[in-house]
Amino acid sequence: MSTPTLPARPAGGAGAGAGSGANGPRERLRRLRAELRHWRVTDLIGVAAAWVVGIGLCVVAASILGYMLVQGLRYLSLDLLVTQPEPSLNQTRSGGILDPILGTVIMVIVGTLIALPLAVGAALWVVEFGRPRWLARTVESMIEVIAGSPSIVIAIFGLAIFQLPLMSWMSFTADGGAVFGRSFLTAGAMMSLIAIPSIFTATREALLSIPQHLREASYALGKTRWSTIRAVLLPSVRPGIATGTALGMGRIAGDTAIIVVLLGATLRIEPEGGVPLWGTLTGTGSTLTSYVYNNSPAGEGGAPEKAYAAAFVLLLIVLALNALVSIAGRRDPARTLQK
Amino acid sequence: MSRPATESHDPAGSDGDGTRGAYPPPVRRIALDRAPTVVADDPAERPLVSPSIERALRPATGRERLRIDELSIFYGDAPKPAVNAVTLPVHEGEVLALIGPSGCGKTTLLRSLNRLIELTPGARRQGRIVLDGEDIDGLEMTRLRRRVSMVFQQPNPFPMSIFDNVAYALREQSRKRPSKRDLLPRVEHALRRAGLWDEVSHDLSRPALRLSGGQQQRLCIARALAVEPEVLLMDEPCSALDPISTTVIEQLIHELRSELAIVIVTHNLQQARRVADNVAFMYLGDLIEYGPTEELFERPRAERTREYVGGTFG
Ligand SMILES: Nc1ncnc2c1ncn2[C@@H]1O[C@H](COP(=O)(O)OP(=O)(O)O)[C@@H](O)[C@H]1O
Ligand SMILES: [Mg+2]
Repeated sequence: MSTPTLPARPAGGAGAGAGSGANGPRERLRRLRAELRHWRVTDLIGVAAAWVVGIGLCVVAASILGYMLVQGLRYLSLDLLVTQPEPSLNQTRSGGILDPILGTVIMVIVGTLIALPLAVGAALWVVEFGRPRWLARTVESMIEVIAGSPSIVIAIFGLAIFQLPLMSWMSFTADGGAVFGRSFLTAGAMMSLIAIPSIFTATREALLSIPQHLREASYALGKTRWSTIRAVLLPSVRPGIATGTALGMGRIAGDTAIIVVLLGATLRIEPEGGVPLWGTLTGTGSTLTSYVYNNSPAGEGGAPEKAYAAAFVLLLIVLALNALVSIAGRRDPARTLQK
Repeated sequence: MSRPATESHDPAGSDGDGTRGAYPPPVRRIALDRAPTVVADDPAERPLVSPSIERALRPATGRERLRIDELSIFYGDAPKPAVNAVTLPVHEGEVLALIGPSGCGKTTLLRSLNRLIELTPGARRQGRIVLDGEDIDGLEMTRLRRRVSMVFQQPNPFPMSIFDNVAYALREQSRKRPSKRDLLPRVEHALRRAGLWDEVSHDLSRPALRLSGGQQQRLCIARALAVEPEVLLMDEPCSALDPISTTVIEQLIHELRSELAIVIVTHNLQQARRVADNVAFMYLGDLIEYGPTEELFERPRAERTREYVGGTFG
């Protein structure tokens, strides 16, 4: 049995009838009917089911977007974006979401900065060196394990590690002498783990798609492996790295568990000590995800309106990162290699 | 005869041609000394070398740059070598074409000349390759590959600008990065030699991958010429190109010939005829016949060669 072609596109020849009537909707419908008559019932049911599921998913996505748009725009104001949150149950006095927005940005930057070199380095090693073979395979499966771990598991593991006295420099030591273990740095370190798999995979796939003769062309000019990687391979895989990075950033921005467990989810960004940047990194804070959680009816339920506004902003950030993915993934023809 | 003994050679007894089967590598008796090439004294021992090979080998053709001596290449556990005890000279100012059916070992032979074959896991080499009197095993790898540079079957410019493609070849390892202005004269020279300068000089910062296939291949030739090689290896350089680009590159090969030695692999017999001074015909890893182009095509001496160049092969 031959696979039926989708009925949405009437089989060729439409251009042959040059008259405007031949291509009209009525004519198309007639052709569609004629074609469907030749189909098996099972195929018809299958195609119909595919259409229903497809349209259903579109409806779900559109409702999420629409609902968030309506709710978000209703409560969103410039004021909300630029004022700090206040610890108050009174909604008129509980302030804005400036700190959670900044917290999300810091979190994404810290997590990405840690993940990027590790993931790209690991991909380069696995593809370009990869010896001993078993070690390369192990690295790949370990990264798969990380990719499959729920972030709450990663979070409590991180807490166990960063509360060790050895790790006190990454957060701070409380009065009683216990290491707090929660800070932008410790959360960022664990966040990097959820970004590494997508960066690693995208980089590895891009490296694997580079034809071997391109590497050899570099070696044939008397170049070393290292300068081949630096000057030929890395520029070639830049779009792949960018795609993976934007994906990883989206995951970091959207994660809640690690924030709640490892960032302290304090209402405001609370720097530790006097050093400006370092103080922020080793201090606590919150992000849009933890803000939404804490203010939504599901959490403390303090300020559902503001939760909607924050959720809307978060959605915008993640959608922007997704748009970045497709821009980065659109191959620059000038960099696209022949196979 | 002043040929130095090497371990990998056949034992003394088998040096005669009789033990090698019907088609012994024809020129293996040529002396390995550094003086202008001397052809072995007994013509009877070189049955398949065309009589006029003496002419081809005389210093008029240029001195010997590269000598392939009893070269065998094995892949993995394959019992039969991909290249079987091949001996060939390459002279300055000549174009040597390697022809033969697909899989006969042409690429393998070419890739061993700049030791690129060592990148292939499991490939083993026997025999010697001598560049200007020095065994290439004794040369530093990066140095060797700049003296014997290579153009590939697929045009493969790097994903950077036209300028950087050539400049990348010029920047030597671990040196202070020369500035663009310092490099420009050499980049221009290389692009001119490859016949590409007039087409690209207005915008050297264009991405190389925007060039047409033929231009890309000439850029790859420019890149290979930029390192001022003594020998240029070309592995079917026109097989991915249209006829016009092919003509341009053949013309280029013609012009470059006076300055360096070129070894070109081609499956296109007409092309071998057009560009080559000498032709080596390989079959299943063996060198069947070697001689001046005219001789080999007009009066092939081996039956296999006759069949192949007559188009009735296989
Ligand atoms: N990487 C490799 N591993 C194993 N065998 C190889 C490899 N490359 C080539 N061969 C074998 O060596 C022989 C010669 O190949 P090649 O030199 O590519 O021939 P040609 O260039 O004349 O078509 C062929 O039989 C091929 O199957
Ligand atoms: Mg080949």
